[in-house]
Amino acid sequence: MKTPTPLVLDLIDAIGEEAVVWHDEDLLVYEYDGTIDRGNPDVIALPANTVDVVSLIKIANKYEAPVTPRGAGTGLSGGALAAKGGVIIGMNRMRRILDVDPENKTALVQPGVVNLDLGSEAERYGLAYAPDPSSQRACTIGGNIAENAGGPHTLAWGTTTNHVLALELVTADGEVQWIGHDTRDEPGYDLVGCVVGSEGTVGIVTQALVRLVPRPTAVRTMLAIYDSVRQASNAVSAVVASGIVPAALEMIDKMTIAAVEPVLNTGFPLDAEAVLLVEVDGPESQVEAEGARVEGILNRFEPRELRSATDPEEREHLWAGRKGAIGALGQIMPNYYLLDGVVPRTQLPDVLDGVYEIAERYRLPVANMFHAGDGNLHPCLLFDEREPGATERVLDAGGEIMRLCVDAGGAITGEHGVGLEKRDYLPWIFTEADMDTMKSLRAAFGPTENFNPCKIFPKGHGCGEAGHQHAQHQIAKFGPKAFV
Amino acid sequence: MTIAPSPLDSESIWMTEDRPDAGELGLCVHCGFCLNACPTYHDLGVETDSPRGRIALMRGLDDGRIEWSPRVQQHFDQCLQCRACETACPSKVPYGRLMEATRAEAFAQNRWPRRQRVFWRLIMHGLFPYPGRMRLAGYGLKLYQRTGLQALVRKTGLLARLSPRLADIDSLSPVADRPFYTNNEASQVKPTAPVRARAALITGCMMPLAYPETHRATVRVFTRNGVAVNAPNAQVCCGALHAHGGDVEAARDLARRNIDAITPESADLPDAILINAAGCGSHLKEYGHLLRNDTAYSERAKAFAARVRDVHEYLVQIGFAAPEGRVERTVTYQDSCHLSHAQNVRSAPRDVLRSIPGLTLSEMRKPDKCCGSAGIYSVVQSDISKRVLAEKMEDVLSTGAEQVCTANPGCMLQLDAGISRFDDDSQMMPRSTHAIELLDESYRLGDAAGNG
Repeated sequence: MKTPTPLVLDLIDAIGEEAVVWHDEDLLVYEYDGTIDRGNPDVIALPANTVDVVSLIKIANKYEAPVTPRGAGTGLSGGALAAKGGVIIGMNRMRRILDVDPENKTALVQPGVVNLDLGSEAERYGLAYAPDPSSQRACTIGGNIAENAGGPHTLAWGTTTNHVLALELVTADGEVQWIGHDTRDEPGYDLVGCVVGSEGTVGIVTQALVRLVPRPTAVRTMLAIYDSVRQASNAVSAVVASGIVPAALEMIDKMTIAAVEPVLNTGFPLDAEAVLLVEVDGPESQVEAEGARVEGILNRFEPRELRSATDPEEREHLWAGRKGAIGALGQIMPNYYLLDGVVPRTQLPDVLDGVYEIAERYRLPVANMFHAGDGNLHPCLLFDEREPGATERVLDAGGEIMRLCVDAGGAITGEHGVGLEKRDYLPWIFTEADMDTMKSLRAAFGPTENFNPCKIFPKGHGCGEAGHQHAQHQIAKFGPKAFV
Repeated sequence: MTIAPSPLDSESIWMTEDRPDAGELGLCVHCGFCLNACPTYHDLGVETDSPRGRIALMRGLDDGRIEWSPRVQQHFDQCLQCRACETACPSKVPYGRLMEATRAEAFAQNRWPRRQRVFWRLIMHGLFPYPGRMRLAGYGLKLYQRTGLQALVRKTGLLARLSPRLADIDSLSPVADRPFYTNNEASQVKPTAPVRARAALITGCMMPLAYPETHRATVRVFTRNGVAVNAPNAQVCCGALHAHGGDVEAARDLARRNIDAITPESADLPDAILINAAGCGSHLKEYGHLLRNDTAYSERAKAFAARVRDVHEYLVQIGFAAPEGRVERTVTYQDSCHLSHAQNVRSAPRDVLRSIPGLTLSEMRKPDKCCGSAGIYSVVQSDISKRVLAEKMEDVLSTGAEQVCTANPGCMLQLDAGISRFDDDSQMMPRSTHAIELLDESYRLGDAAGNG
């Protein structure tokens, strides 16, 4: 029988037995998130309020235990994994929507609130919470803030950082700070902007004041089916170049259709090479005018078929095919490795060609479903981890695809964060001096070394032996040459 | 001294053919989309009690990484098997099947506490499979209620002091104020429209005692729509509770008896095998899977399962006559988990309700979230069940509905317990009802108006 460590006993003392998970078999379910990396925590603590978070951090500090914040564990870069063990602080029990202010269009929420739950609450006031990651049914606002989450509809509205006004933050030394302001424009440094996207490395957010946006009065979703990825990519470039900012502009390719169609019956033809989903919203007249213009542009690239839906149910049906895409890949292969690269939109056609070429060379099926309008690619390599060497191959191919994005003038993450997964690629886009500056910023928040260690910064930058061997392998292969 | 090898030393933790399928376990990509759909994750706030977490535990057992401790068993036991996670799952992981397989192993390996095993054998082997004994118990309940003993017990809180568990059972007991249903009644109601189909009605173990009027309404509704209904006498409990609990051998035995009773080899198959209890319906549709390795029955089980229809599903499939009597009432509809998540029947009951003149359907925010009934869960996991119910009742009461209707007897019992516990309005909500009873009410009001 395992006996609790002094750390565990102190945590239990602070927040109660039923809020602390420490038995081996239970820890097993906290070793993963939505991707293929693993981390082994020593203990999970589940605070009920800010005061609990403060005590937990102080106890962790006493034992010099690493602290890793976790929301719903749906992340895609290993951000919520306990890379160096220690304490996972699970924020999922702090899930109250404290206030919705329809006049000022804001909501005050705890970090464990599920993205979609905030969305449905806002809907009662005719408002919406704009960032809508595909995992929105489960992911939390706290996790969204940590990763600066995006989503199909952030093309027009911007990612999470554009929607957070103020934060209550518990710092690494256990101080509670409010940063930001409920007005839109705060004098001084944009501290909220520093915290959003910091991947849990500077503190734990315990409350957030977020912006809500008006729900559009009219929405039109267009579906264009193309016989080649290049035609579809060119159509994307043309829409973007036209000056119209669609609410969403998404592409899914043939492999994705093959996964989605049998499960969701979205009506995507199985022999089509690419499908574009374009949404315009706003007042009726604007939707009418912009919709017609977008249709004109899409038609120029000779789609096999162009459909348009304004009925909410029909629209939701079309979107189901996009939002359910990732999970549906399990239909084809048991494992996937989802990449998150971003490239200038004009580079899309060439980079996509490159992605297919790399996947073929590594003998890996690849499915693409992504935010084309943002140039945010999500190539998804499919494999079976039980096949010897498959994981190696996937990580190698992934590294090469990331390199391709960087070489095309892009970057290694659009919205999933760097996390554990891509930290060793950071030198591809930043110099040592850049990274040192970032570390000074992190240090400005307090003694943060034990806060989500091994994330963002490459191995050798404050994280002991634990690291991502495969990424190391990539560095050896392609050289640590900084892109800038 | 020799030490007995632990199960971890042998090749596999699984001991029977009913084990969770490794390929199906592999379908889970731990994306976490299921978390927020899971009532126990929502209630307990730990991933060990989430669908993704329980699958990780099953895999951990499968890989030999963890021991099957009482703690692991508890996480399995705390699952409601509502299968809301299957609706949320983009990879279509057959979670319900995996959980049943895990429970089958747990049952075969005697992983329950002794008291629970004794209780199970007493009730599930000694009572439910025997319609006669069930009826006897029903008369006992009637007596208990008619003599005023139940009222007294509830008023004094005596039972709660003696045994909280018994008090829970008491609060969940149906009101046995109607004559029990007998299977002979069904074929005595002759179709009033030209006969276009022949159906067998599964009356079940508890429904004839707890909700006999639902059966009467079902038969009236179908005969009016040209479906000749009979309820074969030799039928027994469908075995859903047994299978959900992992007692698959008992479930198989009951399934074989029902296949013989409803679809004897000597007769043609009925056009439909009708069921008005969602939990039973979803299990009846699984008979093919349950008996897949039974050479004598596998084909018959498949044919049987293919004919099973939930009553709403079948009404919409064949097209039902528009009801004309006005039922001026605002109702809300609780999706039974085993109808919505397990059978994917969501619109049919709503189509039925919306066809009723005068009736307003006021939807809950989360109509397809479990009410906490979940078979015998409300008794064996009463604390979680009560909290899940409390949340459900908040949703029900916020709709402004005058009555709540659903499609499964367990949900009706649970919601009734919820109404008496949480509706502190002086104008207490009436007991819950089955959607088909509302349709029947409208038909009958229409008839009365036509005759008058």
